[in-house]
Order: sequence, then C-alpha cells, then structure tokens
Amino acid sequence: MTVFVCVGSSCHLKGSYEVIELLTKRVKEEHLENQIELKGTFCLGKCGVAGVSIKVDDEIITGVTPKNFDDVFNNHILTKIKG
Amino acid sequence: MDTRFDTSVQELKYKVLKEIAKGLFNDTLLEEYNEIPQRISPGPKSTMRCCIYKERAIVLERMKLALGGNKDINNVIEVIPIACDECPLGGYEVTNRCRGCIAHRCEKACHRDAIRFDEVKRTAFIDKDKCVNCGMCAKACQYNAIQNYLRPCEQACKVKAISMHEDHSAQINDEKCVQCGACVYQCPFGAIMDKSYIKEAINILKDSDNSNKYPVYAIVAPSIAVQFKGVTLGQVVTGIEKLGFKSVVEAALGADMVSYKEAQELEEKGFLTSSCCPTFVTFIKKYYPELADKISTNLSPMATIAKWIKEHSEKCKIMFIGPCISKKQEIKDEKVSKYVDVTLTFEELQAMIDAKEIDLKSLEESPLDNASYYGRIFARSGGLTDAVKEALKEQGSSFEAKPIVVDGLENCRLALIKAKGGNVDFNFIEGMGCIGGCIGGPCCLTHEVRDKMEVDKYGRESKEKTIQDSIKHFQD
Repeated sequence: MTVFVCVGSSCHLKGSYEVIELLTKRVKEEHLENQIELKGTFCLGKCGVAGVSIKVDDEIITGVTPKNFDDVFNNHILTKIKG
Repeated sequence: MDTRFDTSVQELKYKVLKEIAKGLFNDTLLEEYNEIPQRISPGPKSTMRCCIYKERAIVLERMKLALGGNKDINNVIEVIPIACDECPLGGYEVTNRCRGCIAHRCEKACHRDAIRFDEVKRTAFIDKDKCVNCGMCAKACQYNAIQNYLRPCEQACKVKAISMHEDHSAQINDEKCVQCGACVYQCPFGAIMDKSYIKEAINILKDSDNSNKYPVYAIVAPSIAVQFKGVTLGQVVTGIEKLGFKSVVEAALGADMVSYKEAQELEEKGFLTSSCCPTFVTFIKKYYPELADKISTNLSPMATIAKWIKEHSEKCKIMFIGPCISKKQEIKDEKVSKYVDVTLTFEELQAMIDAKEIDLKSLEESPLDNASYYGRIFARSGGLTDAVKEALKEQGSSFEAKPIVVDGLENCRLALIKAKGGNVDFNFIEGMGCIGGCIGGPCCLTHEVRDKMEVDKYGRESKEKTIQDSIKHFQD
C-alpha cells in the first residue's frame, strides 16, 4: 500500500510534516514498514479544506490533523491492510 | 511606458510574447500571425525605426524568436540582424577633455603612429586607419581624455563573445557564449533576444486539460518574490495556477536540499565551486577547464526539486519559471532534460497571464511555502554561502567553510584566476553570473536596489526556520 501525504504549500502550512512524523511513528509501532510505502506529493487538489490531505492508494482523505490522526490511521489504513 | 518593466525594450518583447501566447491559448495564431506586426506597430507613423515597414519586419523577427527561433542554432540567445542598429564601432577616441598639452605622452605610447594633432587647437585625434585599439594611449593620458567606446552589447559581454559581422551587425560566437543574457538586457535596440519556449509550455498546459489529464507543476525561482509589484506573491501563485498548473512549488526547496549536499561535498573535497548558476558552471567549463573537477556535482536547485517531483508523480510535466536565460540552456543538458520540460522567464509568465486576461489584483491569495529561509535567499548573491554555512552547522560538522562570494562574470573571473594559481585563503567559491545574483537576472521584470532586502524578507516569512526542518521529509 502506498500512502501519499501532500507536502504542497497549503498542507505544509497546515502541518503535513507533523502528519508524516505521526505516520512514520505508527507504521513503525505496527511493524508495517514492509507493507506501507510512504510518499510525499505536491498538491492533491483539496487546498480549500481544513487539515492535511493524504491519499491511501486511490482514496483521497482530507482534513487530517494530529488530533484526528489515530482515527484516520485506524479507519482508512489499518482496516484496509487487515481487511 | 508600462511601469511593470524596466525598459521599453522589455515592454516591446513582452507585447510580442503576449500576442503569441494569446494566439496559442485561443488556437488563433495561424489566422492572426500576419496581423500581429500591425497590432504592435499600428502606424501610420513609425515610433522606433526609420519607417513603419522596418518596424513591422522586426516585430516579425521577434515573433520567430518567441516561437523558438532558429532550430539549427543551439544557443538560446540569438541576434536579430535587422534590429541591430549597427552602432558606430568607435573604439578609442580622444574626447574634448584633451587639453592639447605639450608632453604628448599619448603619441609616444602609440606604437602604430596613429596619434595626430590638430594644428590649430593642438588637441590629439586618432587616425582610425592605423589604430588597432590597444589602449596604450588611453593609459598614458593624464587627463583620461581618451575613452574606449564599445557597443553596448560588446560592453555587456564579459566573455568577448560578441563581435561585428561583415555587414556591421552584432554576432555572437556560440562557442564563447555562456548565456548570461547581459547583452539581451543591455542592447538599447532589443536586437539580441532569448528564444522563447512558450509554445511548448502552452501546448503542455492545453494537452493536460489544465492539469486534469496529467499534472503540470510550476517550479518558481525565489526571485519571484520581487517581480510583481502592486500584487501579492499569493496572488501571483493563484495566477500561475489559473494558467493550468496543478501546483506551484518553490525552487528554494531544491536549494535547501542542495545546500546540505553541497556542504557535505565541500567537506569531502576540501575545495568546491558552486553549481547553482548554470552560467557560472559553463564559464568554468569553457574558460577554466582545469577547475572543472572542483565544480559541485550537485544538480542545480531547480533540477533537484524537479527530480524529486518527477520521481513521486507519474506522468507529470514540470516547468521552471525564473529570471534566467541560462536555465533555458541548462535544461538541454541530458542530466537535466529528463526532469524539467520547459523553462520560462518572468517576462514570459507576465505575457501568458495577460494573454489569458487574468487580473492578478482581483485574485484570492494562494499559499507558497515549501522552503526554509536559507533556500529562499539563494535568490541573491551570498545566500548560497549562508545556507552552506548553516548546513555545516546543522550537520554538526567542524569543517570550516572559507567562502568567497562573487557575482557578475568579471568578479567570478578574478576568483577563478586566484583559485587556479592555488594558495588561496578560501575553499568555496559561490559564483553567480549576474550582478547581485538571480535578482539581477536578465529576465527580471525590474531591477531595483531594494530587491535584496525584499528577498530576505520573503525568506523570513518561511514557516521552516532551519534547513533540516525544511528537508527532513525529502531526503533519500
């Protein structure tokens, strides 16, 4: 699975680097290094929405923040891998 | 005159580019092609040349260059022979500062017997048939009364690549040219022009269906911060996106990446010359080849960030927008051509924005924040050096960088001659072909003294304060 995190200007200012750090940490904790590839991307076209945009395979998830990160990870990434 | 530009020559070039861009965007270029000269020089009286027909003929030549120019010439800079006013060559001439002295040192200094004297006024003059322009007389005169009158293009060219063709028009020796673009900016008749690739740019944008079929990225040089007066940078970013780009990315992020690698390479090699400015790199390769192995092996900031984007975004196209003509040559190099598809200048960007009738003033602002303070100040002379010092510090290196910062080819030459001789008190040469660095680039819309401060201000607005913060997620 490839997870793209937007590092474009808008998401950068809204904290995409924090999201990347949380993501890297969770991937390590869950020992998913071999299953999840983390990539950066410039702009997923959702700049107007609050929070950071990420793309899990083909699904774009907007509004990711350090606060809701664990929910996003559990619901959109973990379930997909385990399901 | 349009106050957005420094000179009327720039404005004229812009008008041509705008008409071409308009035709390309609207698919009407073929029908309108022959009308464009008339639109730009409506007449009936000529305003720039001897007659309206010559004026229009020159516009036609400018249009050819706006569409890529002569494909058989590899150089991205070309002379428009009919636009060249064939300025009097002049050479050394005695001015009215000559006091008609008794010593006649000028006469004695001349080995060609070319100095004559007016029998009535007793002042000197030069016999042009005998003079070989050696300049000895000028050095000898204690009143500085003898001056060398060079054509502006020749004066601008610090590598002596410009000479006079048999027909008296200027000609460029492509072997000697390093694409600094000084002649393009300096020629008072606009007779030397950089080739434009707006056709390729607009075709890519149109084929992409405004980045819907594939993403098109604009990488902007940090000097963009000081180009568009009267509007905010955020509005310019929105304007660029409205041209059909998916996203605007700062070349300064590439600069952040480069500064780290450059610092490491400096420590390894012990002596390094910078590789950010393609004119400086070409200058070394052509004129000081014995120092070529000292050139940093890093790609330029533009190519570095473009490489990263290409590796992370399939099928994307990338255009660089900057103040630089040399970057048009740089992307012809096979090491760079796979990463950057088209180079545009700020002049061309302005033309494209206006061709699409995008009113920057009325636009919302879009953010532009990818890089750190240090990446952004690459736009001015000295910025790269500050960044490399910071990079050494951040990497905990004890290596002491002893930089010399040189801008303008004459200063670059001095530093390189010293380096060639060895035994120097510096171990890093930051060289920029343009005076002041990129903010002095030939295709900057304006060249103002305060630009340097504005660049630093733009740098301080960056979210990331250290290079490490800025690039930690981009290292391979």
